[in-house]
Amino acid sequence: MQPENPPMSSILRPALVLFAMLTGLTGIVYPLAVTGLAQALFPHRANGSLILLDGKPVGSRLIAQSFTEAKYFWSRPSATTPQPYSGTGSAGSNLGPLNPALIDAIKPRIAALRAADPDNKVPVPVDLVTASASGLDPEESLAAAQYQAARVARARGLPLAQVQALIAAHAEGRLWGVLGEPRVNVLELNLALDALK
Amino acid sequence: MTAASAILLIVYVVVVLLCVKPLGLYMANVMEGRPIWPLRAGAPLERWIYRLCGIDPAAEMGWKQYAVALLVFNALGALVVYALQRLQLWLPLNPQHFANVSPDSAFNTAVSFITNTNWQGYSGESTMSYLTQMAGLAVQNFLSAATGIVVAIALIRGFARHGAQAIGNFWVDMTRATLYVLLPLATLLAVLLVSQGVLQNLSAYEDVTTIETLAYQQPKADAAGNPAKDAKGDPVMQSAITRTQTLPMGPVASQEAIKELGTNGGGFFNANSAHPYENPNALTNFLEMLAILLIPTALTYTFGRMVGDTRQGWAVLAAMAILFIILVNVALVNEQGGNPLVGRLGVDQSAGALQPGGNMEGKEARFGIAASSLFATVTTGTSCGAVNSMHDSFTPLGGFVPLFNMMLGEVVFGGVGTGLYSMLIFAIVGVFIAGLMIGRTPEYLGKKIESFEMKMSSVAILVMPFIVLVGTAVGVSVAGGQAGVANPGAHGFSEILYAFVSASNNNGSAFAGISANTIFYNTALGLVMWLGRYWPIVAVLAIAGSLAAKKRVPVTSGTMVTYGPTFVVLLIGTVLLVGALTFVPALALGPIVEHLMLRGGSHG
Repeated sequence: MQPENPPMSSILRPALVLFAMLTGLTGIVYPLAVTGLAQALFPHRANGSLILLDGKPVGSRLIAQSFTEAKYFWSRPSATTPQPYSGTGSAGSNLGPLNPALIDAIKPRIAALRAADPDNKVPVPVDLVTASASGLDPEESLAAAQYQAARVARARGLPLAQVQALIAAHAEGRLWGVLGEPRVNVLELNLALDALK
Repeated sequence: MTAASAILLIVYVVVVLLCVKPLGLYMANVMEGRPIWPLRAGAPLERWIYRLCGIDPAAEMGWKQYAVALLVFNALGALVVYALQRLQLWLPLNPQHFANVSPDSAFNTAVSFITNTNWQGYSGESTMSYLTQMAGLAVQNFLSAATGIVVAIALIRGFARHGAQAIGNFWVDMTRATLYVLLPLATLLAVLLVSQGVLQNLSAYEDVTTIETLAYQQPKADAAGNPAKDAKGDPVMQSAITRTQTLPMGPVASQEAIKELGTNGGGFFNANSAHPYENPNALTNFLEMLAILLIPTALTYTFGRMVGDTRQGWAVLAAMAILFIILVNVALVNEQGGNPLVGRLGVDQSAGALQPGGNMEGKEARFGIAASSLFATVTTGTSCGAVNSMHDSFTPLGGFVPLFNMMLGEVVFGGVGTGLYSMLIFAIVGVFIAGLMIGRTPEYLGKKIESFEMKMSSVAILVMPFIVLVGTAVGVSVAGGQAGVANPGAHGFSEILYAFVSASNNNGSAFAGISANTIFYNTALGLVMWLGRYWPIVAVLAIAGSLAAKKRVPVTSGTMVTYGPTFVVLLIGTVLLVGALTFVPALALGPIVEHLMLRGGSHG
């Protein structure tokens, strides 16, 4: 059964037709079928996990936004351009560990945290002063939230214990004790703070 | 390494290994066309496809015909992906009205996706229409993965058959790999991902009104719309404020699923699997990491099964797993160790109950150090190249791991299909070296390894280092190459080296600070991706054809055993010898010197 060398047309027709059919199947039918299933089963999540306040979207629980006022927990720094937390330009800083620009970026972040809370002398948790990979990290470590609790409590005139309890209530641990890191969603935590009034 | 990191690594490895046998057996049945129920159910669809294509599914091909069909089919894919990008403004499903992509970028991206590289010079959420993503890029995620599978299967048939002239029917193999392996797995994974928050819609981007007003600096444009420059040539900045955040949308989950399963790695978004809409939590991250290794690991069982001795497959898998565990640990320890320069600023990098600590620049809070280091090792040991953290910001030795992983030729499980066939080439070289040492004609799986196989194996192995080193040398020498570098010093050299290593190995991850969407990098990396993919594939198919025609040599007491610890050590030794000897000088100029500078500086 020695296969002969067939003419080129015997390759072109299967190539063209099979390519068209597999494109239709994997490029049109498959994504549309998944879209249909997604919209039927998980419409909220398939459409961006938006958070509504008085019927208007104020953000997504999965996408960080900027917080700079003392009364809010601040998100992890964002290196997107031109503005931070740009939903249409996800990016990390890509600064190497020895790059002087990395230290130059971190120093003012530490200074801003210290200035907003001069009495807080403990070391700053590393994730609170380093840019996330996506620039849109919606969460921060529990250490980062705890670090800011006193500032937020003071700015809002709340007892520290109440703010700490709120962090604990929103804390997410390791799934099944294995997956992920202990963390808290910043936007949800801030909205919960606003809802206290 | 923390206890949590160790537990995650163990759980991950155990879950991956548990999937090897069932999926490997299933793939063997599919590719051998056995009448299992999915094939019986799909038979009418298959027959219809073959009839429209004019294919006789029983007619098999010799290796040359198989190779020509593969190259023609892949070239067709490149043309279509190129055309979709160049015409997307006038085609449907472009709600953001993205412009047509420039010729050099479209060329680079087309080659990138057909070669299973998914190097991305562009930012997905601001460049590609939904149609381009779905019908261009995601289709190639399927087809390039299927291409890898069929080449591996063809090589396995070369070992399994004797006195045969044919190695299979390319059209049938492609159809079955897509229909019965990739599509069902991708559909299942995509729905699971959506259930956790990955996007899946065709809507336009959503504007939301944020809680706070954001004040920021942006480059000022001059009258002509170009960025204004001051007397020193620095851009002029102006203040801006906004309370609007634009949230991206799109058919993300369907693309994400096949991106991992097919070890493609091309993100819907620029930040890839670090983006919360691609990878929203620790569970999706685990599923995505599992999906990356699922098919490459299971193919080792498929291999053992099809050559009639599953011990052969387990031996190959063991060699891969040992290398993997060593490399993961190097990454984990170094990333957990943090950056001494940052520590000196009064920053807490220690791991504890409330934070992962370590080097968190370019990492996400939900993944921390453990899941980021693990993902980086998984994605570069395979040809995936998806990232959930920015490798450019890793510590020098943490970043060394992904780089070295690719330099080994991506055999630490390896890409879908490519991992197995690349490792089998190393096995051929290994038994050849062993044969020289004991003075016997080398044999592998009952086939004599002779001069033709050795020539083709050398071609398959050596093309990668050749194009990496030549490409890097050109990149650091010409202005177009130097211009893309983002970080100063040794790290900048690593960025260029990483780009060429990644492209040559069809990985697609990057030290992403590099500005690669330029005519120099789009062209150079496009060529390198093409050569790095198809040159070895043709050599592997040639070996498959040659082996299939050979008679089987009977096993005697003098036959070298190609399972068991001795062979595993021989295989690991061959991989390390070739990879390390080729790249030690380049590594010394990049991550190693950077590590010495960082640690040396910490005593100052």
